[in-house]
Amino acid sequence: MAAMFSQNPLMNGPNYSFNDAPRTAAPEGARQHRFDPYTDNGGSTLAIAGADFAIMAGDTRLTSGYSINSRYHPKLFKIGGTTADQKDATIVLSVVGFAADGEALKERLDAICKMYRYRHGKPMSVKACAQRLSTILYQKRFFPYYVYAILGGLDEEGKGAVYSYDPVGSYEREQCRAGGAAASLIMPFLDNQVNFKNQYEPGSGVGHALQERERKPLTRSEGEILVKDAFDGAVERHIEVGDGLQMMVITKDGIEEVLLPLKKD
Amino acid sequence: MPGFDFSNYNRNAALHARGVPLPKATSTGTTIVGCIFDGGVVIAADTRATSGPIVADKNCEKLHFISPNIWCAGAGTAADTEFTTALISSQLELHSLSTGRKPRVVTCMTLLKQHLFRYQGHIGAYLVVAGVDPTGTHLFTVHAHGSTDKLPYVTMGSGSLAAMSVFETQWKPQLTKEEAMKLCSQAIEAGIWNDLGSGSNVDLAVITADKTTLHRGFVKPNERTQKLKSYVFRRGTTAVLNEKVIKKEEIGNYVSVEELAEEQLPGGDKMELDT
Repeated sequence: MAAMFSQNPLMNGPNYSFNDAPRTAAPEGARQHRFDPYTDNGGSTLAIAGADFAIMAGDTRLTSGYSINSRYHPKLFKIGGTTADQKDATIVLSVVGFAADGEALKERLDAICKMYRYRHGKPMSVKACAQRLSTILYQKRFFPYYVYAILGGLDEEGKGAVYSYDPVGSYEREQCRAGGAAASLIMPFLDNQVNFKNQYEPGSGVGHALQERERKPLTRSEGEILVKDAFDGAVERHIEVGDGLQMMVITKDGIEEVLLPLKKD
Repeated sequence: MPGFDFSNYNRNAALHARGVPLPKATSTGTTIVGCIFDGGVVIAADTRATSGPIVADKNCEKLHFISPNIWCAGAGTAADTEFTTALISSQLELHSLSTGRKPRVVTCMTLLKQHLFRYQGHIGAYLVVAGVDPTGTHLFTVHAHGSTDKLPYVTMGSGSLAAMSVFETQWKPQLTKEEAMKLCSQAIEAGIWNDLGSGSNVDLAVITADKTTLHRGFVKPNERTQKLKSYVFRRGTTAVLNEKVIKKEEIGNYVSVEELAEEQLPGGDKMELDT
């Protein structure tokens, strides 16, 4: 199970320590029956929250092993609209990991959001939806949805909101988050370019007195440029990322969807 | 003692018994192909090297020199293909020097299979051997366990199925040189697009009785996309807690210095730099 949560792309499993070395195997003649219900379908997702918008993005490649199963399989889903085409939706869910679980999770969350609207006569807030998603994930604590989910929308004040999750429901509101196969490649880039981590104001002081570069909220076009460059970089170095980049921008006027090409090798 | 150094074998076996996973060699997902035409043979390869899901090298060379008229395309464990081809190349050169004859492709293939069979598949080299010698044009595949095939068109590596699908639909007897080059390049491209272990460019070598031509970057369908923004940092952005300046003239006090002329500088691809 530990391997499931590992984000280390090189080892592709838990880092080894002597303490968790397996003890001697089962008694003579014992046979273990295996059940492997999960597949890793690769791909990567990314979300950035701005002052009055949220950008959600994901590549559209679906893989298993060294094969490409689809070059256009969306990882981004509009949640909680009143109709099947979700044209009045205000929340976006991105899922990466095991595609079948992602699809199932999306269906569940969408149904719950629609029930909420029917019962309460108003759409679900992102905050409420985020808490509910956490509950859904934790309900399957011992047979988890093998997905890294990110939820995006606008909060009650109209500010961009991004919530990120682990497969069993631990969640947090963040400024930005990368998920999936190339998360470990993209996240440091985001830390540096969105939150200006490890950047200082040149000549503002000596040694520890040096001032950190001041954080300022990203504009929408700056955000979209970072997303495209992040994915172009990930495509160069990760074999499971490519084909297409699906991007959804959530503003007070609704959700705009963009599809851009990525390298296909 | 010549050959491999087994001094870590017992240590690793003992660690493995305590549950430590054995170190895994880098196995490159690859597409390599070869095809005979009237008057010679073409071999081709993609240029992606991977370690796990990460691309380790975007433009590596998988076509190896054996002798001027024999070349080899390698798939499998990168180090094994590299060293095995170099070793056999050396043996073949000595053999040709002592016999006073040009090296033959069958000789090369036999040396390779005997070497690989001796190591029972532990040397993970999967090779396409091609060449023209006084007995004619030859094309072989050699598997890591030592089995060989002699065929008019061959594919190997993780992209072998994609590449073979091109051969099986397009191949015909009596190809011209240009047709064979195009066919091989298309077969590699099938691997580049449809196999995740293969990617980037097509390298191709044409061997005929009178000469061998290596086309490095025969097709380059995967040029890097331009970044939308400049990521150059202002000088002084990185924090420096303390600094010590060593002038270029003093560097000899710390390390041995040898000035190299322009032509002595090591080759290699230029690094991608931000502008």
